[in-house]
Amino acid sequence: MEGRQEAGKESKPSSVSVDLQGDSSLQVEISDAVSERDKVKFTVQTKSCLPHFAQTEFSVVRQHEEFIWLHDAYVENEEYAGLIIPPAPPRPDFEASREKLQKLGEGDSSITREEFAKMKQELEAEYLAIFKKTVAMHEVFLQRLAAHPTLRRDHNFFVFLEYGQDLSVRGKNRKELLGGFLRNIVKSADEALITSMSGLKEVDDFFEHERTFLLEYHSRIRDACLRADRVMHSHKCLADDYIPISAALNSLGTQEVNQLKTSFLKLAELFERLRKLEGRVASDEDLKLSDMLRYYMRDSQAAKDLLYRRLRALADYENANKALDKARTRNREVRTAESHQQLCCQRFESLSDSAKQELMDFKSRRVSSFRKNLIELAELELKHAKASTLLLRNTLVALKGEP
Amino acid sequence: MAAEREPPPLGDAKPTDFEELEDGEDLFTSTVSTLESSPSSPEPASLPAEDVSTNSNGPRPAEVVLDDDREDLFAEATEEVSLDSPEREPILSSEPSPAVTPVTPTTLIAPRIESKSMSAPVIFDRSREEIEEEANGDVFDIEIGVSDPEKVGDGMNAYMAYRVTTKTSLSMFSKSEFSVKRRFSDFLGLHSKLASKYLHVGYIVPPAPEKSIVGMTKVKVGKEDSSSTEFVEKRRAALERYLQRTVKHPTLLQDPDLRQFLESSELPRAVNTQALSGAGILRMVNKAADAVNKMTIKMNESDAWFEEKQQQFENLDQQLRKLHASVEALVCHRKELSANTAAFAKSAAMLGNSEDHTALSRALSQLAEVEEKIDQLHQEQAFADFYMFSELLSDYIRLIAAVKGVFDHRMKCWQKWEDAQITLLKKREIEAKMMVANKPDKIQQAKNEIREWEAKVQQGERDFEQISKTIRKEVGRFELIKYWEAFLPEAKAIA
Repeated sequence: MEGRQEAGKESKPSSVSVDLQGDSSLQVEISDAVSERDKVKFTVQTKSCLPHFAQTEFSVVRQHEEFIWLHDAYVENEEYAGLIIPPAPPRPDFEASREKLQKLGEGDSSITREEFAKMKQELEAEYLAIFKKTVAMHEVFLQRLAAHPTLRRDHNFFVFLEYGQDLSVRGKNRKELLGGFLRNIVKSADEALITSMSGLKEVDDFFEHERTFLLEYHSRIRDACLRADRVMHSHKCLADDYIPISAALNSLGTQEVNQLKTSFLKLAELFERLRKLEGRVASDEDLKLSDMLRYYMRDSQAAKDLLYRRLRALADYENANKALDKARTRNREVRTAESHQQLCCQRFESLSDSAKQELMDFKSRRVSSFRKNLIELAELELKHAKASTLLLRNTLVALKGEP
Repeated sequence: MAAEREPPPLGDAKPTDFEELEDGEDLFTSTVSTLESSPSSPEPASLPAEDVSTNSNGPRPAEVVLDDDREDLFAEATEEVSLDSPEREPILSSEPSPAVTPVTPTTLIAPRIESKSMSAPVIFDRSREEIEEEANGDVFDIEIGVSDPEKVGDGMNAYMAYRVTTKTSLSMFSKSEFSVKRRFSDFLGLHSKLASKYLHVGYIVPPAPEKSIVGMTKVKVGKEDSSSTEFVEKRRAALERYLQRTVKHPTLLQDPDLRQFLESSELPRAVNTQALSGAGILRMVNKAADAVNKMTIKMNESDAWFEEKQQQFENLDQQLRKLHASVEALVCHRKELSANTAAFAKSAAMLGNSEDHTALSRALSQLAEVEEKIDQLHQEQAFADFYMFSELLSDYIRLIAAVKGVFDHRMKCWQKWEDAQITLLKKREIEAKMMVANKPDKIQQAKNEIREWEAKVQQGERDFEQISKTIRKEVGRFELIKYWEAFLPEAKAIA
């Protein structure tokens, strides 16, 4: 299915606001996106006056895998251990709506042509919505990278933005996927180990607090996100249900020949409009609430990762201390142990500092984003509720006025 | 005080005007005494098609003009008598139907007598054309409510008893307000009695709510969960609608069984409505046989009206079924939505708890509260949708099935008629042969048989005509009622 999207021109349904700090030295956006059979090609456009770049404005075409590659490059880079790496954008997933469309195509003959057309329209709208969302996610990822004073200077980033040709990043093959999977397991085991190590004392209250907070927060937000998804899904189902009802009422109306006819037709129209409203409610909820929750779920996961890294550094530091002590008692290799310990100490310190900064940023970002989205959500819901009451009331008047 | 009565419709018997009895005495008691005086009761068999009005018996219209209550009694008497005679007497009751039913504006019939003001029955005019339309005949002078479901008994023998309250100004009832306790099988018993009396003559008897073994068992076992209360509520509402529909039917209202049902405090237990009884099985077998029969009867429809109506009903049925299915899906999804919203509200609350930024935390918990309220709202909406819309639709679907049943009976009647004709022919042939062969006694016998069959043919023909007429009448009533009934609740539901 082909679909083109002019992301730049229209207002992006982004649920996460990225504050570019008024810094226009590097501006990144996804100006266009094309969806082909299986993949989506994004056109990343950069405007910059930084000296690194050859031109001030240029654009390249990137695919999802290349975004993932970039993200991984950041994660694996030791230098950025003290920073929260913006979460990678999720894979564009059109499977669900593609399936539905297919089912509709083979569909049963009991639905009339109008119904079929309407359902098809709904599905197409859904597809388009998913498409827009995925573009927005990718864009936000890039924009956060560009906004971050440290991350934006990464060489890989530049390559990503500038290199005209295909980065020939193949999707991870099975071995790498498995490797990644194993690494995750190791990591979480490690984390568990570290935290349970009795010797490890958290020196800083701030971090202690943050840790507990984040853990709890992450799990709850994941919960909330799941449930919000379900709510949205039910809403959608409800909206879809109105289609056959409206069609049946319509056909009933055309059959009858008197007063009931107009009533039926009015009812059919009512349901049709209600459906559109419900659909809009569902998609608004989706955008404002679910997406936001989901994004912060991932972000909090990234924050957790940061904390983990710090903890790791702390553990290393402790270990280095112990090794130093041991070396001192044995009076061997004191030098190396010392320097190693110094290194660890420094690393730990710097990590802690940047982590602190990052976490504060995270919090303020989160608060402002929640605020913005919740406000918008409430306003939209209000608007829709008013519209539907008006609609119902009008229909009621019309129906009563009939006979 | 000849009331204004205008030409009441069809004359079926006497128009008596029950309501008018000032003394509100129990008509029946007085009637009984005068029973003897009534002339020949209408024999079932002689329902002349055209002669509907003269119920070939009983006080002819002439008497009817008398103001005297006594005369009314006479009229009633006749009816009483006839009612008791073998069931084939539906016609009788039609007249004085107190129940005011919305009148069919245009269609031919509607023997509705407008009760109230009628003081003296007027002479019946056979002309149907003069049927006046009781303008807005929506004066209900009988109201029925079904309420207070109570569980009686225990274990598997438990049942729900419903209180049936009747408020009426009809004088055929002994009191103006009374209530009795009935159980579900009583309702079913009533329906089967009415059906056996009226269905094959062409009246559309409103169908009773269906038996649901699963639901009842749950209630019996005593599970106090929401699904069983829902079930009881559903059933109660359905029973109420059923009774209301039944009393709206002018003919059925006159039925003594119905009156007994509404009035008497003890009712013989209707045993053969039990799902697993012998009678139940018999019914099922009958239904199956009917279905097969239907497929084999080929009737050439001479009357275009019937064909058209049948087609219309088929279409209507299909559409209603579709609509019903969609509405059920809607209700189900709405319930899901409300459940999901509740879950979300909970997790939003938790999220608010764990958030350490106070303002955000407060905002989130408020979000949770709002969501909870929304969830309640959705639930209510789901129930409203369900009760009004969906149940009404399923009622109509069943009604239409009843209508189809009536049409089927008509077909059967026709077939009997045809058969009778064929047999008559054969008998005639035999007679002719006999004549030729000159066997006197056989001739006599043949002649007898011929006479017998001729009578049967005539009977069959008359039956058929009768049924056709009745059906037309009924369909006319049905259509109008349907409109009003459907309209009001839907409008309310939307609000």
